[in-house]
Amino acid sequence: MKRRIAERVLAAFIGLWVAQTVPAVEEVFAPEGPGQWLPIKADGLHDPAGPAVNQLQNPAEALFYLPSAFSGNKVRWVEAIQEGYIEPLPSILDNDYQMQVLDLDVMRTRTAELPMVLFPHKKHTEWLECGNCHEWLFKSKRGATRFGMFDVLAGEYCGRCHGAVAFPLTECFYCHSVRRSELKTPVKELELHK
Amino acid sequence: MTFSRPHTHQLRTARHYLPGIMIMLALITLFTSLPASAEYGDVVLNNRAEKAGMRPVIFPHWFHRIRFRCRVCHTEVGFEMRAGSNNILMSDIIDGRFCGKCHNNKIAWGPENCPICHSGLPGLESGVRGGATTGGPGRW
Repeated sequence: MKRRIAERVLAAFIGLWVAQTVPAVEEVFAPEGPGQWLPIKADGLHDPAGPAVNQLQNPAEALFYLPSAFSGNKVRWVEAIQEGYIEPLPSILDNDYQMQVLDLDVMRTRTAELPMVLFPHKKHTEWLECGNCHEWLFKSKRGATRFGMFDVLAGEYCGRCHGAVAFPLTECFYCHSVRRSELKTPVKELELHK
Repeated sequence: MTFSRPHTHQLRTARHYLPGIMIMLALITLFTSLPASAEYGDVVLNNRAEKAGMRPVIFPHWFHRIRFRCRVCHTEVGFEMRAGSNNILMSDIIDGRFCGKCHNNKIAWGPENCPICHSGLPGLESGVRGGATTGGPGRW
């Protein structure tokens, strides 16, 4: 028994040591050195021979100062706005325009074995307005919009933004955040809170 | 030891896990197929650019969302939220539509600064690029 534990601990250490020797993707793709963000001239997208690579802002210059995350832009964009790190303009047509923030959570309960999905309107309406999602993509009426994870993975519904510009679909538990075992009373499908 | 057909409840368990396995497989194939490059949310626009002898356009979402909320472009300017569904002509931009609503030398630099937008590597395909950790699934 003790020998088996010792073997596993040893294997874990060897595994960790091997994992350390594998270079990070950034190190391979960015000859300038490792970093959280690829520089413009080495991102595999911009033409290093073009004149723009010396004019455009590098992501690291702007994103370094914002709350950090592990995926996507490596930025927690919602916190960046809520904590005042950035103040993106809400309108270019109307200087007095105020974002119509709606503080209403929607629970989606039919998520098979995964924790249930809690959709916070507040975080979304700080960036978007109602018409960006309603009524064409999501119906306001509860239960009227039926979709599944396959749709989202294929770039529909939530997947219009999540996986493209908003945090990626590798972060399962950002959305699937409410465990059934933690709830005292069972909730109904698409129950609205607040 | 006896050889018999598996019990029905065992069959049901295997079928029970099938959707989960399929989703895992879909995730693995989607997120490993493209090499990690670009910044998350970068959009390549190359339906017309290279045919007209210009470098492809690279649109960085990260740069713009520090400065403007999503609704500015996706409501006021009228960009649809799907790469490829906005039919953008350079003449539209010069006339003040699409990018030209800001890139007019009033809000941002004007459309005469060709190479700042037309800055991509030749041969890039149009679409949204993933980022440092995901390549971004199919339809983007």
